[in-house]
Amino acid sequence: MRVDHAPEIDTEPGSYPGAVAPARQYMLDVGGLQIAVHEWGEADAPPVFLVHGGFDFARTFDVFAPLIAVAGWRVVSWDHRGHGASQHTELYSWDADLRDASAVMDSVTLDPAPVIGHSKGAAMMIQLADAQPYRFSHVINMDGIPTKGASPDISDHERTRMMTTDVSAWLDLRRNVAFASRKPGTVEDLAKRRGRMNPRLSNEWLRHLVTVGARHDDDGWRWTIDPAMRFGGFGPWRPEWTLNRLPGLPMPFLGILASEKEEMGWGTKPRHVQPFLAEGSRVEMLDGVGHFIHIEQPQRVSAMALEFLSGGPS
Amino acid sequence: MLQHGKVSLALHHLVDGDPESRALLLLHGLGDHSPATAPAYCAEWRGPVVAMDFTGHGLSTIPRGGGYSAEMLLADADAAIAVLGEATVVGHGLGAYVALQLAGARASTVRGAVLADGVGLAGGPVQPASSSVVLLAARSTAPDPYAVFEMSRDLRPPDYSTIFARMAVEHSGLDEPLTIAAVIRPPWLAAVADEVGVAQATIREALADYADVV
Repeated sequence: MRVDHAPEIDTEPGSYPGAVAPARQYMLDVGGLQIAVHEWGEADAPPVFLVHGGFDFARTFDVFAPLIAVAGWRVVSWDHRGHGASQHTELYSWDADLRDASAVMDSVTLDPAPVIGHSKGAAMMIQLADAQPYRFSHVINMDGIPTKGASPDISDHERTRMMTTDVSAWLDLRRNVAFASRKPGTVEDLAKRRGRMNPRLSNEWLRHLVTVGARHDDDGWRWTIDPAMRFGGFGPWRPEWTLNRLPGLPMPFLGILASEKEEMGWGTKPRHVQPFLAEGSRVEMLDGVGHFIHIEQPQRVSAMALEFLSGGPS
Repeated sequence: MLQHGKVSLALHHLVDGDPESRALLLLHGLGDHSPATAPAYCAEWRGPVVAMDFTGHGLSTIPRGGGYSAEMLLADADAAIAVLGEATVVGHGLGAYVALQLAGARASTVRGAVLADGVGLAGGPVQPASSSVVLLAARSTAPDPYAVFEMSRDLRPPDYSTIFARMAVEHSGLDEPLTIAAVIRPPWLAAVADEVGVAQATIREALADYADVV
């Protein structure tokens, strides 16, 4: 079920140079959960999907999405559960995010469409393309290819010690998560806080993100992401298992990697990925660019994406 | 009811027992729920006997849109331990896998964990199988179809499972903090059975031993 013009979503146009607010915003009911969908471009243009990373939200595409839309695409993105303007829920998981993604895609088109993902969103799309290749005409992955390569080998004893620390810390957080809330502050406070995890992004951009991705309460601004979510955690998943899905993908795949190490970066190099690429796929590394490649260099990255999509649909 | 995040967990007090004695926590299998009365193997237990319904099971909250993991169910069980204090744990099926994790994660609080047969003991594969993404129809009564679907294909690599066994051995101070009572040995449990500090006995035998540990 689609509900247009949901009041929860702030539709103020961004003040950041080149930022454009979505042309359409609505809530989609996915199994009882309200997922916020954002669209740029003409409603009857062919769709392309943008998938944000962990702890981000769709409006982080405010500059990148219009550059794709102007080439004749209907750009569709959504806030993952618990992120942006989407509802918070009881449980969060990779598989649940994939289900939400497939529901959003079904609501837009049943035909194959290009998908551009960033970071965790890009890695998720490798798995969704493996599970449901019929949805994808192309996959563009912006610095979201996990690999074992960046992690040094560790002994079993060391792994046990690290797990003990990680598990205890995570469980301690879970014991108090029912009472957690995001800390309020001014626009500048929130921009500075986010800047610690996004050190290469300008204060001007971070302030823009606050105005389109945070909520203004009586006691100040708060990021809308569910406070139950935290960085880190543990589980049986290994990064190389995502990489192992790449050789089987039947659609063209473009990986765009960042060269500059930073807090949120994955450290993946082309040499980690190239052995896993099917014919017709390729990976490139952008020099002098950090993890948020589409924010640091939107013109260059959008041009690469559009060239990979053969210059747009029109 | 216990609160774990946005989920209310049903904690069933099956036997009051001696409040000065350690509690026995029962964890049920996949798609199941806590028993209405204490199982016969609890007859000799001196302390309280308590059973918890996992998220999406029994009388606990059914989440919207799934998202289950063994680790989140571990946090359910940890919420119970936070209330009970030191406890011995008996897990059946899925509950056995969670009991293993809990014994490793809270090694100084869990005074012995018994891993017993039950639904969901095997879990999913030991490494990723072919992918599938499936949307299920919502259901207002337990068990949550997403719980059954997601936890029946939960990845359980043996070398991930043995980390929890080693954590239990290293930090519990017990010679044998884990006892396997299960007859069926899926790969994760077979690997745990080969670890130092893992005993093999019936549930009754294990509880008799754990009743006396400090």
